[in-house]
Order: sequence, then structure tokens, then C-alpha cells
Amino acid sequence: QGGGSAVIDMENMDDTSGSSFEDMGEMHQRMKEEEEEEAEGEAGAAEEEDGEFLGMKGLRGQLGRQVADQMWQVGKRQASRAFSLYANIDILRPYFDVEPIQVRARLLESMIPVKMINFPQKIAGELYGPLMLVFTLVAILLHGMKTSDTIIREGTLMGTAIGTCFGYWLGVSSFIYFLAYLCNAQITMVQMLSLLGYGLFGHCITLFVTYNIHFHSLFYIFWLGVGGLSTLRMVAVLVSRTVGHTQRLILCGTLAALHMLFLLYLHFAYHKVVEGILDTLEGPNVPPFQRVARDIPVVSNAVLNTTAKAIALTL
Amino acid sequence: FAGLADVSISEDIPVEGEITVPVGSRSPDEVYSTLDEPVKDTIMRDLKAVGKKFVHVMYPKKSSALLRDWDLWGPLVLCVSLALMLQGGSADSKDDGGPQFAEVFVIIWFGAVVITLNSKLLGGTISFFQSLCVLGYCVLPLTVAMLVCRLVLLAGSGTVSFIIRLIVVVAMFGWSTLASTAFLADSQPPNRKALVVYPIFLFYFVISWMILTFTPQ
Repeated sequence: QGGGSAVIDMENMDDTSGSSFEDMGEMHQRMKEEEEEEAEGEAGAAEEEDGEFLGMKGLRGQLGRQVADQMWQVGKRQASRAFSLYANIDILRPYFDVEPIQVRARLLESMIPVKMINFPQKIAGELYGPLMLVFTLVAILLHGMKTSDTIIREGTLMGTAIGTCFGYWLGVSSFIYFLAYLCNAQITMVQMLSLLGYGLFGHCITLFVTYNIHFHSLFYIFWLGVGGLSTLRMVAVLVSRTVGHTQRLILCGTLAALHMLFLLYLHFAYHKVVEGILDTLEGPNVPPFQRVARDIPVVSNAVLNTTAKAIALTL
Repeated sequence: FAGLADVSISEDIPVEGEITVPVGSRSPDEVYSTLDEPVKDTIMRDLKAVGKKFVHVMYPKKSSALLRDWDLWGPLVLCVSLALMLQGGSADSKDDGGPQFAEVFVIIWFGAVVITLNSKLLGGTISFFQSLCVLGYCVLPLTVAMLVCRLVLLAGSGTVSFIIRLIVVVAMFGWSTLASTAFLADSQPPNRKALVVYPIFLFYFVISWMILTFTPQ
């Protein structure tokens, strides 16, 4: 006769994640309900158990209520279990388990290329630092766009900034992870996200400085110096985890190209000072620069124009 | 009690309970029903609660009133008024360079959600809506700054007005960050406070930036 409550107890035992606050509360709630149910069951012991079991014997009025109550309890339990399974942010909790000292150390390390590429370098699979760096990049980009009076036609400033930064972080990480899978490199997705995220630290520094101090050559020095250092670090870590010359070349060449070009894009696409300098130097020969009202497809054109002109200038 | 012999209690669950059975009413709502009171009383009670929280934000002491009875009315009012004041500020009348209503709204609410998730993932003990409530209420100094900026811009928009606006916005930004830190940082383990404060700092920085760069048509 006690088989009913024992089965319910066993069901409860499956789902003891117990680590988050809500789960503990839920478990206590379940236990309270079990106690109440058991107490209720004992009160009308023999008849009600018979009634539940067959559905025919027993007191009819109380039977319907009991069954409905039971079904509601089971349904609620299932729903709360599904909710705690899918809405459980505890899945991400281990990736946020850091101390401020560690974050600072990793930020500084991301600018120092490793020398030993003969055995795999350790990458911390942490998501707090990269996420904060992406948000910082969004804030810096907004600042740059505002000071350069960028006008975005079919979109908003904020949307463009967030889309660019998050799109780069997630998209390029996935693409390099896919390439790493093809080239047999030993790196997991979280590690790749973490590596690329910390590589954005160089971008943040460069853009923060060059959006405020408008020197053309200063940007190039920062681009090569700071951007180059962070790219070298990422490349060195990847090289240490890949075997074979062709694979190393493909993987690291792609990553280096994308990373450096992204910094170039961020500077030129959202900064008006370049336009001013080029105009004054080349005079009336400059073809009309399509910057004022910009739809997104035209951006690549603009970047090509500026890079071509910049290269022509420096030669 | 024949059925009790087969009941199996797993050893993991601590068996606990109270010996004294509470005789009082089970549901406290039945004692005090708010359904029959006049509407004015309901509204005044809610308004007073919101007003009390505003006062707590302006003078951030370590009280738990903001956390205990959280409500989202205050943040909604502040968010809507800030978004209304920020609307319509653009350099060009044809294209929209300034933040639209929806943009400000979305930034504030998604920013608050992200900060709350971050603080929960870092091991915070505060609940989701409590954190949203605190972050929303601490937008109050920035709303005041927006009001002051608009008034200053009515007078003129030169360098002097920019300096005044800069000082006001920076002061209010500092106030907002300090106020929200005073409430939220206590719920974190002591060595991780900096990790929680930084996103709050970024969030209010972005809002302050939107306020400072607002130029009316």
C-alpha cells in the first residue's frame, strides 16, 4: 500500500541539482507537498487508497477531487522540472567562476605572445572577461560613432554597434572553430570564444585612444603594434595546438587576417577624420565619398575606397 | 497505520517538521482583503511605496526596503520619461541620428537583464526581479540630469552649456553607480564585487553618454 508514495519519492530523487537557489526552494516545496499529501492520505487510509487504485470503488465525491488534485500535482511537477531544466542558467555558471585578479592577469597576458609553440598552451575557458570586453567595445564604438556624426539610415546606432561587435565575436569564433575542426586543431568552442574575446582587448585600447586623438599615423602605429601583439598571441596559441605546416598556415593566416582587418574596418568605417584629411590633400580630384547616408552594403565600398586612397597617400 | 510500514524515506532528505501545529489562519490574504477598498487608496498606497523608494535612491543608505518589496512601477515611469525626453534629438532632420524611444527602452531593459544574469552567474544571492528593481530605480539621478540638460539647452548650446551639462551628467552618473552598487554589491561574495560593479558602470555610462550627446532639433 505504501508503493504509491515510494514511487513518487524515487521520481524526486532524479532531479537534485541543488546548486541554485530556486532549486532548493523547489525541492523544499515538493517535500512539503509530499508531507501534506501523505498526511492527507493517512487520514482516510484504506478507502481512499482503494479508490485511487481502481477508480471505481470508494467515495465518489472525494475521488474526483483526489484524482484532479493528483493530476495537477504531477503536471505542476513536470512543468517545473522542464522549466528548471531549460531556464537553468547554472549551465553557464562554471564559465563565470573567476576572481578579479585572474581577469586582470588574463587581460595583460592577452598582449604577450607566447614563445613555446611546441606543446599545447593552456587556454582558460572563461566567458566573463570576453563578454565584458565585447560590451566595452560596443561602448567605445558608440562613442566613436557619435563623435563622428555617423548617420545610419536603416538601423540604429546602438543596433549597429551591438550587431557588429557580437557578430564578430560569435561569428568569427564559430568560423575559426570550424576551420580548426577541419585542420585537426585541439581547441573547444568555449576556448575559442575566450581566446578571441580576450584578443579584443587590443582592439579596445586602440580604438579608445585613436577615437579621441585624431592622428592618422598614430592609428597605424597602434594598429600594427597593439593589434599585431594580440593577433600574435592568438596565432601562437593556435599554432601550439595544431600539427602540420599547411594546417597551421591556413588557420593562423585566416585568424590574423580577420582580426587585423576588423580593427581597420572599425576605425575607418566609423570615423570622419580620415575623410577630412584625404579631402584636403587630394583636392577636387576626390570622387564623392559615399559616407553620409549609408546603407549597410555600401560600407564595403567605402572601406575599399579609403584603404586604396590611404595606400596611395603613403606611397 | 498499516500502510506506514512500507513507506521508504531516502536518507538524503533530512526529516524535519514542526511539532506545534499553527492554529492561526493559513493564508494571510484572507485577513486583509484589498478588493473592497476605494481605488484612491490602492493608488495612493502604490504611489507612496514608489515615492519611498525614490527617496531611498537619492539617499542610499543600507536599507532593505528597496529589496524586500520590489516593484517595477518606478523603473517603468523613469524609463518612459527618459526615453520621451531623449527622443527627437538628431543632427539631421531627415535621417534619425538620435536614439528613438524603442532604442532607449530596449537598452535600459536588456542592459538591466544582462547585469542581473551576470550577477547571478557570479554567485549572487539576490533574485532576478529584485535586481531589476534596483537597477531601474537607480536611473532616477540620470533622469534628473536629462531634465537639467534639456533646461540648459533651452538657454543656449555653446561651450559653457556643454561644460555645465558635462558636470551635471558626470555627477549624476557617479551617483547612480554608487547608489546601485550600495544595494547590489552586498549580495556578492566580498572578493568579487569589482566583477559586478564593472557592468553596472558600463550600463550607466552608456545611458549618460546618450544624455550628454543629446542635441535637440
